[in-house]
Amino acid sequence: MANLENLEKYNNAFCESLETQPDKLAGLKYQDIEAWDSVGHMRLIAAIEEAFDIMMETDDIIDLSSYEHGKEILSQKYDVEF
Amino acid sequence: MWNFNNFKNNAAIIDDCGVVLNYAQLKDESEKIAAEIKRRCLIFILCGNETGAILGYAGCMNARTVPALLNKHLDNDLLNNLLDAYKPAYIWLPESLLNNFKNFELVYKAYNYCLLKTNYDKEFELYEELGLLLTTSGSTGSPKFVRQSYLNILDNAQAIANYLELNELERPVTDLPMNYTYGLSVINSHLLVGACLLVTEKSLMQREFWSFIKENKASSISGVPYTYEMLDKMRFSRMQLPDLKTMTQAGGKLTPELHKKFAEFALNNNKKFIVMYGACEATARMGYLPAEKSLEKYGSMGIAIPGGKFYLVDENLNRINQPFVTGELIYEGKNVTLGYAESGEDLIKGDERHGVLETGDMAQFDADNYYFIVGRKKRFLKMFGNRINLDELDRLIKAEFEIECACGGVDDKLYIFILKLDEDKASLIREFAANKTKINLSGFKVIALDEIPKNDSGKILFKELAKYYEA
Repeated sequence: MANLENLEKYNNAFCESLETQPDKLAGLKYQDIEAWDSVGHMRLIAAIEEAFDIMMETDDIIDLSSYEHGKEILSQKYDVEF
Repeated sequence: MWNFNNFKNNAAIIDDCGVVLNYAQLKDESEKIAAEIKRRCLIFILCGNETGAILGYAGCMNARTVPALLNKHLDNDLLNNLLDAYKPAYIWLPESLLNNFKNFELVYKAYNYCLLKTNYDKEFELYEELGLLLTTSGSTGSPKFVRQSYLNILDNAQAIANYLELNELERPVTDLPMNYTYGLSVINSHLLVGACLLVTEKSLMQREFWSFIKENKASSISGVPYTYEMLDKMRFSRMQLPDLKTMTQAGGKLTPELHKKFAEFALNNNKKFIVMYGACEATARMGYLPAEKSLEKYGSMGIAIPGGKFYLVDENLNRINQPFVTGELIYEGKNVTLGYAESGEDLIKGDERHGVLETGDMAQFDADNYYFIVGRKKRFLKMFGNRINLDELDRLIKAEFEIECACGGVDDKLYIFILKLDEDKASLIREFAANKTKINLSGFKVIALDEIPKNDSGKILFKELAKYYEA
């Protein structure tokens, strides 16, 4: 699967679950925007899991605290290449 | 309210900034704040789950200064409405909010909180038994408080300590806001028995929360239905938390499936899962399902707390004696609060409920007298644990946008119905609603209709709107 395609899926998961725009994603962290509270976080995790057809570990769900760190988790533990 | 001398050397507070206080220090530090005030008057406390907020609260309660607890993140307009309506003599607030109140005099500072003396030209008289003012959770800004008496708070804290079998070895984590009646009841009941509060502002979604409760050996957590949905999605059952013995749930009805799942998990892991029922109007707690019945009676909120009584009435207010018949749930007990206040003038009012609360919840009991909530009489929703009054939200939106609208929905999904001609404002309305209520945007949906269905006398037919709610 092409890397760009994964990036687009990943970005879409953020944009749809947190109702934000692709240009706002760089550097985005938990609680930076109102939509990314605990409710938003569960929506985000569900969207990512669905996009890549994975089940994330509890530790990774908690650890996914920024846009960039999420990419690291997905590539290191879930074989999602960006 | 509390006699902290009984537990001088017990740890009272451990917070996530490294502060540790025993009960002797809790007494000293809270008395210092109260000593700056030295009299019975109204104080607003803008709370976070922080040591400073708890010290201010405890000091005021013990000195009979009457606090109104508000979330420190409360919308500024709403806060200003409340200040205008009640004119508190003092405000105890986080230092970070100090800049919003430049015209008030700073008189004391401790633990990152500040005491401000206001300069209103008027003070309202306080009823002698009035102890505390709380909002009915997530409040949408009507300046309404629930008036709780000292007896209400003490009686409820004792009942909770009794049925949860609390003792000084408990270490609850304050994962719910302290200005929220359920979160506060955790603090009240544990201070009564000399237990240690683990105080954090972090959420379940943060690594720091889990390391904090592991390091400090939290013995109990409390959660609203949404908390348990999150824990379930996080595959909580796989987490290693050997010190965690008790999990309580209140603030709305958990789905029977999740109730069963957590009851099974608790039974298999030597933990207690206790579903409870309450309301701010009853101080906090009215009912609970004993842990040993959690699986057998899953879906039920249980029985009345010690000292309390439940019964059901039909539409004609006749008592229902048959099981499995739906009626309005009535509660009687010493924790039924005095009544509401809608303005400062109401603070002199005495007991208007006389120990009886019409809960507004529709319920049934089974053959063993265990109660099940089946619906709601009043127009409000629970949004991720916060009570949202739909009529209030209607009014806020109408006032802001000068449009016709009607709010409805089911728990965790609120629908705002507007007219097609106002559809261009839909996203603004949605953001406004989320902003005012401090509820995640994803909980709101705006639907534009040709007209909002009404009966001949102009009343909105909310039942007609229900067909738009997704299952």
